[in-house]
Amino acid sequence: MSPASRVNDFAIKIATVNGTGSASANTLLMKSIFRSGIPVMGKNYFPSNIQGLPTWYEIRISRDGYVARSGQIDIMVAMNAETYGRDVREVTPGGYLIYDSTWPRPTLLRRDDITVLGVPLARLCNENFKGVRTRILMKNICYAGALAALLDLDLEKIRELLAETYAKKPALVESNMQAIQLGYDYAKQNFPCPLPLRVEKMDQTSGHIMIDGNTAAGLGAVYAGATVAGWYPITPSTSLMDAFKSFADRLRVDPETGRKNFAFIQAEDELAAIGMVLGASWNGARAFTATSGPGISLMGEFLGLAYYAEIPAVVFDVQRVGPSTGMPTRTQQCDLLAAAYASHGDTKHVCLYPANPEECFYMAVQAFDLAERLQTPVLVMLDLDIGMNDWMCRDLRWDDAYQPDRGKVYTKADLEKMEKFHRYFDRDQDGIPYRTFPGVHPKGAYFTRGSGHSQYGTYTEDSVEYQIVLDRLLRKFATAKELVPKPVIDRDPKTEVAIVSIGSCDGAIREARDLLRSQGIATNYLRIRGFPFGEEVEQFLAEHRVLYVVEQNRDAQLKSLLTLETRVEKAQLRSLLHYSGLPVSSSFIVDGILADLAEGRRAVVGAVK
Amino acid sequence: MTFIPKPKVAHPSLPKNALGLTRRDYEGALSTLCAGCGHDSITAAIIEACWGISARPENVVKLSGIGCSSKTTAYFVSGGHGFNSVHGRMPSIAMGANAANRDLYYVGVSGDGDSLSIGLGQFCHAIRRNLNMLYLIENNGVYGLTKGQFSASADIGTKAKKGEVNQQPPIDPVLLAMNLGAGFVARSFSGDKAQLVPLIQAGLKYPGFAVIDVLSPCVTFNDHEGSTKSYAYTREHFEPVVQADFVPFQREITADYGAGQAMPVVLHDGSRILLRKLAEDYDPTDAGRAYGYVQEHIAKGEVLTGLLHLRPTDQSEFHALNRTPEQPLNQLPYAKLSPGSKALEKVLARYR
Repeated sequence: MSPASRVNDFAIKIATVNGTGSASANTLLMKSIFRSGIPVMGKNYFPSNIQGLPTWYEIRISRDGYVARSGQIDIMVAMNAETYGRDVREVTPGGYLIYDSTWPRPTLLRRDDITVLGVPLARLCNENFKGVRTRILMKNICYAGALAALLDLDLEKIRELLAETYAKKPALVESNMQAIQLGYDYAKQNFPCPLPLRVEKMDQTSGHIMIDGNTAAGLGAVYAGATVAGWYPITPSTSLMDAFKSFADRLRVDPETGRKNFAFIQAEDELAAIGMVLGASWNGARAFTATSGPGISLMGEFLGLAYYAEIPAVVFDVQRVGPSTGMPTRTQQCDLLAAAYASHGDTKHVCLYPANPEECFYMAVQAFDLAERLQTPVLVMLDLDIGMNDWMCRDLRWDDAYQPDRGKVYTKADLEKMEKFHRYFDRDQDGIPYRTFPGVHPKGAYFTRGSGHSQYGTYTEDSVEYQIVLDRLLRKFATAKELVPKPVIDRDPKTEVAIVSIGSCDGAIREARDLLRSQGIATNYLRIRGFPFGEEVEQFLAEHRVLYVVEQNRDAQLKSLLTLETRVEKAQLRSLLHYSGLPVSSSFIVDGILADLAEGRRAVVGAVK
Repeated sequence: MTFIPKPKVAHPSLPKNALGLTRRDYEGALSTLCAGCGHDSITAAIIEACWGISARPENVVKLSGIGCSSKTTAYFVSGGHGFNSVHGRMPSIAMGANAANRDLYYVGVSGDGDSLSIGLGQFCHAIRRNLNMLYLIENNGVYGLTKGQFSASADIGTKAKKGEVNQQPPIDPVLLAMNLGAGFVARSFSGDKAQLVPLIQAGLKYPGFAVIDVLSPCVTFNDHEGSTKSYAYTREHFEPVVQADFVPFQREITADYGAGQAMPVVLHDGSRILLRKLAEDYDPTDAGRAYGYVQEHIAKGEVLTGLLHLRPTDQSEFHALNRTPEQPLNQLPYAKLSPGSKALEKVLARYR
């Protein structure tokens, strides 16, 4: 590829040590590119640790608006001696390596196919700043300055961002700007700036924001009218609850009384967190929790109760790498089965699969409507990549005409007119009964239980009475098929190869399809957004002979779910499985499909990059 | 079983409370527990207590976990919603329900297995949050539904029906609750309705976490010779040290209580708890000394009963600390909950 064509189309990876302030420097870089109108992706690969372990940040500048990893690293900023070896090796041939030249570079790790640029970052900062901590922090800001010169970033945008960040501490704006300038000037004086890989102003980001999915989902819960949040801290879901609280603290306080129109309860564990959600939902409040895989395991018993006793609940599962504690700060889609069938006995749960933060916002609202309409738990399946990374999204919009769907609830007036209320009776023949809230009317009182119950709400050990309720729950689940978000389908009848996927794979798949098309391979695409699967999913599967199921786990959980819950033939489905803990890249999908097509259509399993 | 109907007819001359309801209106389904079970006496005391304070049946929320005791929520106040949840997790259901609607009476009925083993954590944290509820532990020292295993409240040396002797120390819910800072801690005996009814009434009205540990012998698995939770043993070692009487605010204090020893504690709605010390050297409002006193007597094998600790003013109730509105959260109109599209635009500015 000629250097000219790399304007606004390359990837930078920055290797640092966590706890040294590199996050601010990286966000600064990413945001200044975004503000120059250029589509950008920022992904954080961080350790489960507070200070001292290796951490990486990947920035992809994509004039075509691709939001996933490309699979290439064009510029490496190697700031961490501990990972220097692997960082050097990761640079794509023809790329650049920037390192701190205050100390000599290990010569063993020479590469002749990349350009090495040394900037004496530590020396520059030691000469200009006082105090150990300041020098360490400024060293990171300093590489941002060097990159600004090398990539031709707009220094004014950087100053503007610093001024916003440190609005209350103007002295910090100046010192940070000084560090930027040190790096900038050094690069200008010593290297041919800008590099062929550089940025150029565009106008592709207006009407867009950079936001992470946890923030968007927390904001969605505020707009949905959630009033009770019960939760237990767990990476990577904690920031969703933090976001809810911080938005609610600003947007949900009564202007006259100063009272908070919400209850935010940190529980003693995930069992209590989901218990609180069920207690509040049962009592007529919109309630939710956020957790990750280990929390879903702990919530299992209560989720089964909620399913059987028909209590609404909204659970955000921000998936992380398992099994067990796994790698808590890395991403995977590995709770698909655990969530769909959480709990003992015959249970199935409604699941939503957002692909990006924008969908997190809207699906958060939808989840509450569905939970109350269907009187059952709804699990919103984010993952760490969506939840914790900043994604470029279209502006979130809100329709002020929205009213929550509280589902079938008998009011005091309804109950007064009624001879007798039967909690689990299928009056409307859609599998969904009517419920009542405590404190409304004695006629609405009933006994909620996880033990066997009849359609009239009474205790039972009678086979027929038990089965009437259990079979109705299946009818309700069939009703849910029509209510969950429809899949996104891109289909050309002439093409018989298709990709089926879910959630955060979407960005990589969009790019992969373009790349495959440029090689003459057209693909159709089904992105599933809800479980249970509806007729549109069935139809798409039936219409394709070869379906590549792309997902981020080892055991092909989405494929399993499709074979269990649709009419698809197992042989139609080929798995492309990415489970390294990093977000899937477009090249992984392209390579996988090309290899499979070349190798006589054998399943492509496990080729992890 | 709960599907056995009770006769609907009530005698016309039955006494009525301020709502015009009789005791029959506070009954529930027929108990399915063993004849003579202590739990049934507690159920009767709850019915009496709710009738006595004229609680609206629909305002009584009955919560429980799993076990013999947890079944009893079906046996009283059929006009109130019941929630028989999962084993040991009733406190979290109560927390969520109370957060959603602060205006109702929350009665949790649990057992020693449900509260002191599988649910010990949730019990402790409900106290920490000072959740406004009445928490009854129907304590019999034994797992009934699974046929006679020791529970965590079984005393050292107590003998199981099959002869096994317990050697592990018990967890005492009263000491534990005091230690964790509960503001209303009582112990009673299922066989002493005169003591239990006013305790339940006071606990229902207390604006915070109120726990009553009620010794409630299991006639089937723990009422034999050698058991320290039998009727006979409990009667013999039972020692009331403080009598609590509950006075609804409409009613005057009668002369019975006027004799200098009674200390009135006024609750938020004007009703009062009258504490009468039966032991000279005991002060139930001093948490530290009450703890020591109860502990010393346990060491001597005595079961002190009554309202053993009461914090006269309680400012740390969950809703007070969290500054939630007077109007229950589940009744706030959506207009008060949605920040609207204009606010969203402002929010987005931070992400550009």
